[in-house]
Amino acid sequence: MKLQVNGTVHELDIEPEMPLLWALRDELNIKGPKFGCGAGLCGACTVIIDGQATRSCQTAVGDVRSNIRTIDGLGKPDALHRVQQAWLDEQVVQCGYCQAGQIMNAVALLEANPTPSDKDIDEAMSGNLCRCGTYPRIRAAIKRAAAGQQTGA
Amino acid sequence: MASIGKIARRTFLVGAAAVAGGVAFGYYKYRQPLENPLKKDLANGEATLNPYIKIASDNRITVIVPRAEMGQGAFTTLAALVAEELDVTLDQIVIEHGPAAPAYYNDAALREGAPFPAFDHSMVAETVRNAMGVVGKFLALQMTGGSSSLADGYEKMRLAGATARETLKSAAAQKLGVSVGSLKTEAGKVIDAKSGRSLTYGELALDAAKIDPPSDVALKPRSQWKLLGKPQPRKDMPAKVTGQPIFGIDVQLPDMLYATVRMNPQPGGAMKSFDASEALKMRGVKKVIAIDSLYGKGFAVIADNTWRAFKAADAVKVVWADGPGHRDDAEAKKILASTIAGGGGFSLRSAGDPEKAFADAPREKLVEAEYYAPFLSHATMEPMNATARLKDGVLDVWSPNQAPSVIKIIGARLTKLADEKINVHTTFLGGGFGRRIEPDFSDYAIRVAMETEGRPVKVTWTREEDMSHGPYRPAALAKYRARIGNDGLPVAIHGSVASPSVMAGMVGRIMPGLPTAGPDNLILDGTYNQPYTIPNYRIDGYKAPLTTPVASWRSVGNSFNAFMNESFMDELAHAGKIDPLEFRRKLMVDYPTAIAILDKLKTLSDWGKPIDQTRAQGIAFTLSFGTWVGEVVQVKDENGSIRVEKVWIVADPGMVLDPLNFKAQMMSGAIYGLSAAIGQQISFADGAPQQSNFSDYDAMRMNQCPDIVIEILENSGHLGGAGEPATPPVMAALANAIFALNGKRIRSMPLNGEVSFV
Repeated sequence: MKLQVNGTVHELDIEPEMPLLWALRDELNIKGPKFGCGAGLCGACTVIIDGQATRSCQTAVGDVRSNIRTIDGLGKPDALHRVQQAWLDEQVVQCGYCQAGQIMNAVALLEANPTPSDKDIDEAMSGNLCRCGTYPRIRAAIKRAAAGQQTGA
Repeated sequence: MASIGKIARRTFLVGAAAVAGGVAFGYYKYRQPLENPLKKDLANGEATLNPYIKIASDNRITVIVPRAEMGQGAFTTLAALVAEELDVTLDQIVIEHGPAAPAYYNDAALREGAPFPAFDHSMVAETVRNAMGVVGKFLALQMTGGSSSLADGYEKMRLAGATARETLKSAAAQKLGVSVGSLKTEAGKVIDAKSGRSLTYGELALDAAKIDPPSDVALKPRSQWKLLGKPQPRKDMPAKVTGQPIFGIDVQLPDMLYATVRMNPQPGGAMKSFDASEALKMRGVKKVIAIDSLYGKGFAVIADNTWRAFKAADAVKVVWADGPGHRDDAEAKKILASTIAGGGGFSLRSAGDPEKAFADAPREKLVEAEYYAPFLSHATMEPMNATARLKDGVLDVWSPNQAPSVIKIIGARLTKLADEKINVHTTFLGGGFGRRIEPDFSDYAIRVAMETEGRPVKVTWTREEDMSHGPYRPAALAKYRARIGNDGLPVAIHGSVASPSVMAGMVGRIMPGLPTAGPDNLILDGTYNQPYTIPNYRIDGYKAPLTTPVASWRSVGNSFNAFMNESFMDELAHAGKIDPLEFRRKLMVDYPTAIAILDKLKTLSDWGKPIDQTRAQGIAFTLSFGTWVGEVVQVKDENGSIRVEKVWIVADPGMVLDPLNFKAQMMSGAIYGLSAAIGQQISFADGAPQQSNFSDYDAMRMNQCPDIVIEILENSGHLGGAGEPATPPVMAALANAIFALNGKRIRSMPLNGEVSFV
């Protein structure tokens, strides 16, 4: 089967029912999406497909037809995406394990809704668990990224 | 560990010297009594000046941070201690965890574990603390825990930077033919101010490594600090916002296999039989092996993909034997209660005679309460995992862990290899909270690697496996009794706390056979050592014979004792008709550090000012890990459900080395505590834990997260910790706020057993 990840098409010979998460991590060595619960409860594995924040642990690889965006294709340390930069500016991260999922979820939110209210942020982000308790800084970073998006900064 | 005896003898002498004359500390340490482990792995052109610093001729400067970066920011702040004295910017350095080696033992963790309150600076207390430090060195214990990283590194790592700087200056003086006195250092260079000539550290390092470090280096006064005391951008953050493969679960090696384990969910229970015939037919499955470890009995499935291993594990037919432990929560509570009733406890606080005060007390002056806290899972975001390779007589273990020296001990025990044939690579940790001090996940990975003919194998647990297997935060039960005096203040308090011993459990798992008799002050941490003055005061601890393995869980004994003790203080305040904040002020009047915290908290939270009918505030205070913390929680009734609306935290760690990161840790500790208080428990049925994933063991989410206001004070005069101290008081402050809101006194955690939350 063919799988397009961050614009690159890969050829895979795997079971179509394999969760996308494990196809990415163990077959393609794309380690950005993280394994947290295997049940769609924590959001650590979040990727973006067709503009939608998607739990890759709950998505069968055989069902994916479109390009998959993961944090690995979002930005690099020397060329960060606006949302990643906002994360740095607010010094959000602690252990960092959930943050790839948090950032991808926030990117999907801001692409769909460039000026989210607190309630919009709560609704979009409450599926992403963080055990270090970085939520107040995540909220600030999303607002910062949204403001930057508006002014084009 | 063939060399442990040799190291122990050598280090004991150093430890004894340190006890005898504390100021000789740095001198002995940097005369290199402990071998510098960096020497054996230097690159071409690279020099090491001490166990914390490597400098290459191309000016690549590596600082070793021998404490696990698990989110608490140790990487950046500990490296800043070295960089401050070395006179380099944080941009100029690369930070690594470094190897497992005796040079990196943590004496502060043990010093702070001595059974004396942090405010007790008596001769006896200090002597025992120093002796505990010696024990840390004796065991060469390299571990991250007890919120001790800064207290441990504060002197050691600044001295590492300062002695290295001085040897670099000596090397420069020789090269330039000038006196050391005319040289200064700045941003990785030695500069001769007179001639304007300068040499980079990279140009000097190889020569500097040959120079004996000086014994009398003066550390910079605080007024000259450029990095410490100011917020620094965390060095681990760029990798973490770009999804780099830095965690244990991301380890990728050539020819690697993928495995998972399934262990008997009943602690201590055996595996009667297993049938892997179906599993072995499944795609990618290589092998199914039995695991018979001190930490659990079960099996591992080895495959070519983690998901295939998970799926095959589901297909293995297994029959578990019952474990020896309690069958359900009712039995656990019964055992805890009967432990207290049976007597034979140990007392760590004793003043006056509470029993005498109770004997003639009028009934209306007596207050009694019983509290319960359940077992808890750490539930780190990254499930337990480790990768191991046993090839050509060398064992390598890649492990997201808090105690690399323990993994070496386990590795030597399993493989019979000599210490120098075992390499432990500490990756970043996707959360630790105490869980990753434990050796089980590394032990299993090593056992699996012994079956893969030299191929590396990554062993990843499912979330269900992670959550349904401890070691857990222990359950605890406490009975408190007090007599209220005519002024409304308690004249007598007697507390009795029963809980299984975390210390006995940890020592038994790490060093089986080592005696663990005697009192365990962890059972009473957060209650016996609080700065309350009460004329008749007795706090007793009881080691309960519950056999479920228990471990350090963020703030350890404080995590349940603060809830119980501070709930009881609140009950006494109400019984004595004194405002709960004023009540604490009166009981802590001898401690200006505590009074300043209460005053600040009062102002920040508008404490005592009327708010509307739907809102109320609760307060609690805990001194833990050397940091004094007061917290006020404000709750709001939203159509019968409780919202945690605001939290104010005032903390005094004596000195703050990075205020932005310190605040992050306060925020983190409070949210971690609120998650537990609101809804977490590991309950037991038929001898096994009932929870399995975030569906039945959830934590606070973005939509539930309160506004958190944090203020830092620096009055205490003692460098305290950051990672844990905000966790204990928040649970009681929440329970006390709920009482203030609706009059419901909840004495059993989690609180959602009796009220519902948003």
